[in-house]
Amino acid sequence: MHEVQPEPVPTAQPAKRGRAIVITSGKGGVGKTTTTANLGHALAARGCSVALIDADVGLRNLDIVLGLESRVKHNLLDVLDGTVELDDAIVRDKHNASLVLLAAAQTREKDEVDTEKMKALVERMREHYDYVIIDCPAGIEGGFKNAVVGADEAIVVCTPEVSAVRDVDRVVGLLGNKFRPQLIVNRLRPALVKKGKMLSVEDVNAILRLPLLGVIADEPEIIVTTNRGEPIALRKDGATAAAYHAIAAKIAGEDVAAPTVEIKETGFFGRLGAMFGGAK
Amino acid sequence: MIEFFRKLFGPTNSSQTAKERLRLVLMTDHLSLAPDMIEQMKRDFIDVIAKYVEVDRDKIEINFEQQDKALAMLANVPILAVNRNGGGGDGKKREEPEAVEAAAATGSPATPALPRRRRRKKSAPAAVAPSNASPAPAG
Repeated sequence: MHEVQPEPVPTAQPAKRGRAIVITSGKGGVGKTTTTANLGHALAARGCSVALIDADVGLRNLDIVLGLESRVKHNLLDVLDGTVELDDAIVRDKHNASLVLLAAAQTREKDEVDTEKMKALVERMREHYDYVIIDCPAGIEGGFKNAVVGADEAIVVCTPEVSAVRDVDRVVGLLGNKFRPQLIVNRLRPALVKKGKMLSVEDVNAILRLPLLGVIADEPEIIVTTNRGEPIALRKDGATAAAYHAIAAKIAGEDVAAPTVEIKETGFFGRLGAMFGGAK
Repeated sequence: MIEFFRKLFGPTNSSQTAKERLRLVLMTDHLSLAPDMIEQMKRDFIDVIAKYVEVDRDKIEINFEQQDKALAMLANVPILAVNRNGGGGDGKKREEPEAVEAAAATGSPATPALPRRRRRKKSAPAAVAPSNASPAPAG
């Protein structure tokens, strides 16, 4: 419904300074990109202008998760190289015009990114968007450093697995206090937790000790929505969509009904229910 | 004992196992990621030992090792002499002969000398041995 690329980014009001948040995890495959896509939509649904940057150079994926792959003509490296203007490289979302994507380069490599230029780009984008959300590649090498360089907040995504927790621990150590990392526990399976076969949110956070931003259950619908390129946060109802919207509200500074306070094992499911609204 | 309960109540929840494993591995990770802190701790540790006995600072080895359910600090501290008479007479066993043996062992440069053990013996996998339990296996 909206026209695609040529639509210019708002270039006025340089006084704005939006928030730059990196979504990271260390480990791959924990749902960084899905989280980025859904939080992008959830924040945009609140009326905020949101720019998503896919910093996973060489392994571009955010475009396909958002269903925008056919619209991408230019990418992050084109902009960093100065061969394409930012306005021409960003892709506007088809569902929400206040959400845009700057895709990663698919045929380039992570170490081709100039860290200083990346920082300057994020800084520049903050002047035009309320939120600049950077989807960080897995790993802790150059790609990670370039993804975090322009951010001043971090959201770490962790699944309830030993490997993911260990990697998040490492990443949080690398980030330091500056980024005030907050935690999203992703792909939680409450039934397994109940049986003692999966780490609970409390278990995970007893180790990580981070402010808990939210919990996303392992929901088959997320796979379906990703298949379609229509992030689940676009839905008007459902527990998972509600959970993403609750996270967005929390990011925006709203006092979200206590999904994140420390709760004992017994209180956990009550909290999960509360977090997912009444939509059980 | 733990094994007994395990047999009694069936296998532990795997999430419990995961938690324990994570706790341990992260301690190890954090240690290896804080070399400055470790060095400082080693120095302080050695200083404390040196208050009571004369140690061979160059040959001290301090390592961390993950044992069955715990992280252990393993220290090999060659003792050159028990120099001050009963320096800190706090009831610890500090037998003279052992100290002498230690000095002898460190005297030969070829052997990396394991004259005296503190904490647990590193190479013994059985390793539930409490500290100072093996006075003279070092020969």
